[in-house]
Amino acid sequence: MDLQGFGHLLISGAWVTVQLALASLAVGLVFGLMGAAAKLSPYRALRALATFYTTVVRGIPELLLVLTLYFGGSQLLMWFMGWFGYDEYIEIGPFIAGVGALSIAFGAYATEVFRMALLAIPKGQWESAYAFGMSPLLTFFRIIMPQLWRLAIPGLGNLFQVLLKDTALVSVVGLNELMRQAYVASGSTKEPFTFYMAAACIYLGLTVLATLTTQWLERRADPAGRGARI
Amino acid sequence: MTWEWGVIWEYLPRLMDGAWLTLELVFVSGLMGLALAVPLALARSSANRWVSALPFAYIFFFRGTPLLVQIFLIYYGASQFAVVKESFLWPILKEPYWCAIIAFTLNTAAYSAELFRGAIQAIPGGELEAAQAMGMSRPLMIRRIVLPRAFGIALPAYGNEMVLMLKGSALASTITLLDLTGMARTIIARTYTPLEMFMAAGVVYLLIGAALIGLFRFLEYRFNRYQYYKHTPLPANIDPQLRDEHIDS
Repeated sequence: MDLQGFGHLLISGAWVTVQLALASLAVGLVFGLMGAAAKLSPYRALRALATFYTTVVRGIPELLLVLTLYFGGSQLLMWFMGWFGYDEYIEIGPFIAGVGALSIAFGAYATEVFRMALLAIPKGQWESAYAFGMSPLLTFFRIIMPQLWRLAIPGLGNLFQVLLKDTALVSVVGLNELMRQAYVASGSTKEPFTFYMAAACIYLGLTVLATLTTQWLERRADPAGRGARI
Repeated sequence: MTWEWGVIWEYLPRLMDGAWLTLELVFVSGLMGLALAVPLALARSSANRWVSALPFAYIFFFRGTPLLVQIFLIYYGASQFAVVKESFLWPILKEPYWCAIIAFTLNTAAYSAELFRGAIQAIPGGELEAAQAMGMSRPLMIRRIVLPRAFGIALPAYGNEMVLMLKGSALASTITLLDLTGMARTIIARTYTPLEMFMAAGVVYLLIGAALIGLFRFLEYRFNRYQYYKHTPLPANIDPQLRDEHIDS
């Protein structure tokens, strides 16, 4: 494949794609944990809010989310900040809009994964930590989280694959990630097939890498190979 | 923040035109994808490594790359080759509509083939042995036993795939098609009301998605009726000899 000196452009784009995916993963995991906590909370309003979140976000296209946050995000954010008396103009760039949209989408699916994992952890674990005098927060981080991790990794790995592929959507709003760079390169060389194929190969490499990492994490979290059983 | 309901009502008919194209894209490529997925799944679950290698590579490629790349490869990529441009395929490949259909078909075929493979392998071995014991030939067994059973098993997951496909169809707007998303973007370019129009489009997507889920619930109820069979309890004073030890406990 002759890339005519555009190889470095694709590599720099791939790097932005990786950054975008990892940033969205980090924020999305927080959304997912909060969503799962809300879905399992004793308060009806929180449960309804979480159900609304997962139903709506899982039902609308990710592209629509990206476009909404990019074109309407600053309007929304300014309206929101207006409540706190902040009236300056806020601009949302493509990267922030991308991270926002992808993490909201990831979080909605991750909510279900975390919810199932939380439900699979026996209540006795909470009770015994309580008997030791641990606060709920401490129990969560010391006792529940390490077990939650093991149960959630396979599901989260699949979701990360989806997230990685969805990063391509952010090219639509002009972020210079892999897909956008392939577009730029194919525009100036008039060889679109070559460059989109190169981009496809890089995406394939990234997804394979993500799969291998997930498998490694799965083995690490469950060295005895006990499977998803406690 | 100003919120203009009037704009939504004013442009709702045009948004519905977009929704119609979205439905058309999902329906046409869903059917074609299904037709392609069945032979792929059968070849993929073959024990012969030479037969299963090609579907494996196909599924690996289409599941490992973003749908957007696949669309661009077909829509922009095809024009790179003079051979394609001079061939009879060009009238099809220069139309964004057909490029979107081809990309969605190939994409959904890869995902559904993987679902069907899982379903084929989930068929209890005893049923296949029973079919062999009845003297069925392999093609007959596949037609009468394997495919109907696999379809029933894969149906819930296939419904999810169709919802994902509906969401993926929004990418058609990137190659100038005026589907639901594309139409919303066109209207926004004129009125500059992004939040209102995208919300309206999102609601329409949610409604279509809900209808799809309902349709697949109904199909599941039809195809997997044996799972919904409710057995009416027998009266307590019935003759014990009439009891079926497997059902009445």
